[in-house]
Amino acid sequence: MEVPMRVIIVGAGEVGRSIAGNLASSDDVIVIDRDERVVEELTYSHDVLAIHGDGTTIDTLREADIERADLVIACTDSDESNVVICGSARTATDAFTIARVRRRTLLETWEGSQGGFGVDFMVCTDLLTAQTIFRISGLPAAQDVDSFIGGLVQMAEFEIGADSPIADQTVREADRYDSLTFAAIFRGEDMLVAKGETVIRPGDYIVVIGSDDSVTDFADDITPSTAVDGDEIVIVGASEIGYQAAREFESHGYHPRLVEQDDDRARAVAADLPNTTVLKSDATDIEFLEREHINEADIVISSLGSDEKNLLVSLLARRLGVDRTVAVIENLEYAELFETVGVDVAVNPREETAEEVVRFTRTNRTEKVAMLEHDRAEVIEIEAKIDSEITGQRIQDSMADFPEGVVIGAISRGGELVTPRGTTVVKPSDHLVVFVDSNALDEVLEGI
Amino acid sequence: MRPRHYLRVDWRAGLSLVGTLLAFLSIAFVVPIVVALVYGGDDLWVFVVSMVLTAGFGLALRRFDPEPSPGAREAFFVVAFTWLFAALFGAVPYLLAGNGTIAHPVNALFESMSGFTTTGATVMEDISFETHSRPIMMWRQLTQWLGGMGIIVLAVAILSQMAVGGAQLMKAEVPGPGISKLTPHIAETARVLWIAYAGFTVLLMVLLYTLHLLGFAPNMDLYNAVAHGFTTLPTGGFSPEARSIEAFSPVVQWLIIPFMFIAGVNFVLWWHVISGDPWAVLRDTEFRFYLGAVTVFSLLGTIFLFFDASLQTTETGQIGGNLERSLRYAAFQIASLTNSTGYANMDFDAWGNTAKALLLFVMFLGGSTGSTGGGIKILRWLVILKSLRREIFTTIHPDAVRPVRMNGKTLNEDAIRGIYAFTLLYLVLFFVGFLLLAADTSRATAFDPHTLDLLTASIATLGNIGPGFGVVGPMGGYNGFPMSSKLLMILYMWIGRLEIFPVLVLLTAAYWRS
Repeated sequence: MEVPMRVIIVGAGEVGRSIAGNLASSDDVIVIDRDERVVEELTYSHDVLAIHGDGTTIDTLREADIERADLVIACTDSDESNVVICGSARTATDAFTIARVRRRTLLETWEGSQGGFGVDFMVCTDLLTAQTIFRISGLPAAQDVDSFIGGLVQMAEFEIGADSPIADQTVREADRYDSLTFAAIFRGEDMLVAKGETVIRPGDYIVVIGSDDSVTDFADDITPSTAVDGDEIVIVGASEIGYQAAREFESHGYHPRLVEQDDDRARAVAADLPNTTVLKSDATDIEFLEREHINEADIVISSLGSDEKNLLVSLLARRLGVDRTVAVIENLEYAELFETVGVDVAVNPREETAEEVVRFTRTNRTEKVAMLEHDRAEVIEIEAKIDSEITGQRIQDSMADFPEGVVIGAISRGGELVTPRGTTVVKPSDHLVVFVDSNALDEVLEGI
Repeated sequence: MRPRHYLRVDWRAGLSLVGTLLAFLSIAFVVPIVVALVYGGDDLWVFVVSMVLTAGFGLALRRFDPEPSPGAREAFFVVAFTWLFAALFGAVPYLLAGNGTIAHPVNALFESMSGFTTTGATVMEDISFETHSRPIMMWRQLTQWLGGMGIIVLAVAILSQMAVGGAQLMKAEVPGPGISKLTPHIAETARVLWIAYAGFTVLLMVLLYTLHLLGFAPNMDLYNAVAHGFTTLPTGGFSPEARSIEAFSPVVQWLIIPFMFIAGVNFVLWWHVISGDPWAVLRDTEFRFYLGAVTVFSLLGTIFLFFDASLQTTETGQIGGNLERSLRYAAFQIASLTNSTGYANMDFDAWGNTAKALLLFVMFLGGSTGSTGGGIKILRWLVILKSLRREIFTTIHPDAVRPVRMNGKTLNEDAIRGIYAFTLLYLVLFFVGFLLLAADTSRATAFDPHTLDLLTASIATLGNIGPGFGVVGPMGGYNGFPMSSKLLMILYMWIGRLEIFPVLVLLTAAYWRS
C-alpha cells in the first residue's frame, strides 16, 4: 500500500469535489471552501476534512495544516485566486502545487516563467477541453477517446445505434479485429464486463481498448453512415474554448469555420487564426445556416457561453442534417440529459480538469487515467511490478483473484503491442492498459 | 461509488447495514463470557446463546442487500434501528437468565435500553449477587460503556466499509448539533474519540483498584473497579451496588467526581489535550461554561446542604453543618445529574426543597457536545443565552447587526434556529411525557407516585439521567410503573439518546414517501 498523500484542495466546486471524491479513499484529503453550506454538506458526503475559510489566506491554509501537506490543488472558479493560493501555499510549504486556470495566456506566462507564481503544475481548463473536442472529433460516434502508452494504445467509448451492424451480435461475433479488446458495456444503470457470450444491444455504450488502427477500423465499421473525414468542421461561438478548439484543428491541418456573433471578438480571433474562416453571425439564424450550407458540415461544435444556447445550436444543426454534434456543457447535471435529447457528445470542462488533476496526482502509481461515464469506471495505464500479484501468471488465472469489473485491455512490451488473451503471461515491466470499475480501483492499484 | 437513484428510502440497504452493525456488536458478548468463566461458569450458556442469536440475526439481515450503499436519507433509519435492535438483543441475556424482575420481557428491554442509552434507570427490584449472577451484572454495566461513545462511532472506527457515509451516521448518533472531524478520514476521527474514551475508562479502573489495594476502598474490588469504570465515562449510572456509590468510601466518591466531569466534556477537546495541547479545553467556550456551571451549582448546593441543620440519614450521618460532607454530597450530585450520569452517593431524595429544586434545574442542562452525556447540552443553552442577549440588545438598538459567535466563529442563523427548535421540542416532549405518565399511572391503584416523581421520571428518561425523586429516587426504581408506562419510557430513552430527530423523522410519512 502506498503511503497516503496529504492533499489540500481549495475550492469545492465541481472540479474540487470530483478530485476529492477520487482521492478520498487512498489519500488524506482536506478541502477548503468559502461557502459554509458546501463545507457542511461535504463533511458528510465525502470522507474528507472540510474546512470553512478563504484559501488565499495563510491563516486558513495553516488551519488545514499546510506544513504537512504533500500536494496543494487550487481549483476555485477564479484564475487569480488559484494563482494566489499557490503563492500563499509556497510561503509555508514545499508541497507540490497545482493551479487550475481558464485563460491560456496565464498558462503561457507560467510556461515562460518556469514555475512562476509558486505554481508547480498548471492545468488550463479551456485548452484541455479544446484538446478533448479535437480528440473526439477524430473518431465517428465516439463518446470518449484517450490514448495510452505514447499513442500506441487507444481507448474509446462508442454508442451502438439500432442500425449498427454489430447491434444484437454477441461480443464473440463482433470481435473481428486482431488487436482489439472489448472491455465493458454500459447499459443504463448497469455496467457489464464484455464476455464472449455478451449480446450487444442498441443503445449500449461499449468500451474498447486496442491499437490505434483497430479502434479506427472498429469505429468505421459500427457506424453505417460514411465516416467523417473531418473536413467540414463548424465551431459555433468563439469563446475561449471555441477559439482554442479552432487552434487545435488548425494545428492538425484542418480548416475549420468559426461562427461568432460579436464583431470585435470575431475580428480579434480572425487575426489569430489564419487557417480558419471566421463568420460573424448569430448561429441560431436559420437563413444564415442555410446560406453557409452548415447542413453539409460533418461536425458542429457548439461552444457558446451558455449551456442552453449550445443545446439549441446542436438541435438546430441536427435538424439541418449535420451528422455529429458536440456541445460544451458547463453544468454536469445537464450533460446526460442533453446527450439523450440530441447532442451526440457533451464535453464538460470541469470533468476534463478533474480528470487531468487526478491523472497527475496518481502519476507515481499509474501513468495515465481516463474516467468513463462520469467516473463509474476508469481506464488506467500501469506498469506490472516484479512482485505484483499478476506478474508471471496467465491472465485468466490472475483475473480470478480480482473483483468483477477488471479487464486488461492491452499490453505494451518493449514498445510492441501485445493483445491480451486468457493465456497471455504478464511479464515484469509490461505496461498494462486496464479497464477498472471505480469501486474496485483501490484493490487493483494494490494488486498490480 | 456508483450512485443509486432511489425515490424511496432504500430500507433493504438500511436493514443490511443494521445487520452488519448487529453482527459486529455481538462480539461484545465475549466480555460477560470471560466474566462467567472467571466466576465458575455462572450463566455462561446465556451469553453464548445470546451471542449466536445476535450474530445470526445480524448476518440474516445482511441478506436483504449484500452490497448496501445507503445514502444520507437511510442514515436515520440505520442509526435508529441499530439502537433499537441493540437494546432488543441486549435484553436477551436477562430473559434467558430468568432471574428477578428483569425476567419479564418488558422489564428486560427497559433495563437493556436504559443500559445502551446510558440512562441508568433500573427496574431491578433486588440489585444483588444473590438474585443476579456476576456476568449478568457485568453485562448490564458493559451495555452502558458500549452506548456511551456510541455503537456506530465504534463501528466506524473499526469497520473499513463504514468510511463512506460514516460521517452521516455519526452525525445522527453523536450528541450535539453536528460533529467535528479531526482528520481527513472519518474512521480516524472515530478512533481518536474511542481511544480518548477507552483511555479515561482504563485510567479510572486502575485508580479505583489502586485505592482498593492501598486499603482506602475496602469493597472496591477488581470486579467493582471494572464495573464502575464501565459506567462512569459513558455518564451511565448503573452500579452493581444497590446503594450506588454510597456503598464506597469518601475517597472513592471524591475520585469519581472529576471523572464524571470529564465524561461530560467534548472528547474532541480531550484528544487535543492528550496530543499535547493542554490549553485547548480552556479556550473552548462550552467547556468554560460547563466548568463554571458545575462549580457554581456545586457551591450553591454545598451552602444549601450545610445550612440545612436537619439533614441526616442513617447511612451518611449528620450532613448539615459538616463542610466536607456538604461539599462532597453536593458536588457529587451536581456533577452526576448535570451531565446525566445518575450515580448517587446518598439518597438525595432526603434533601430539602431548595437543594432538590437545584438538582431538578441542572437535570435540564446536559453534558457538552461530543461528550457522552445526555440532555439538552451546554452548547445549546449557551447559544440560546447568547441569542437572547442579542434580542435584548436589538430591542434597544433596532438597527444593530450582531452575529452570534461561538469560539470566535460566527454561527449561521439556520444553526441557531435548529437549536431553538430542538430545545423547544425537547421541552414539549418532556411535558407530554409527564402528562402521559400521570394519566397512565393513575389507572394503577397500588402505585401512587407524587407529581414531582412523575415530572422527574419524564426528564430522567428523556435526558438519559436515570434517577429522579421519590419513587424513582436514587435508591428506588422504575419497577412500580405499569407496563405501558415502561414502554413509553423505553421510547423516551431511545429518542433521548439519539437526540429526537433521527427517530422522529422515521415516524413521519414524508420520510417514507418518494
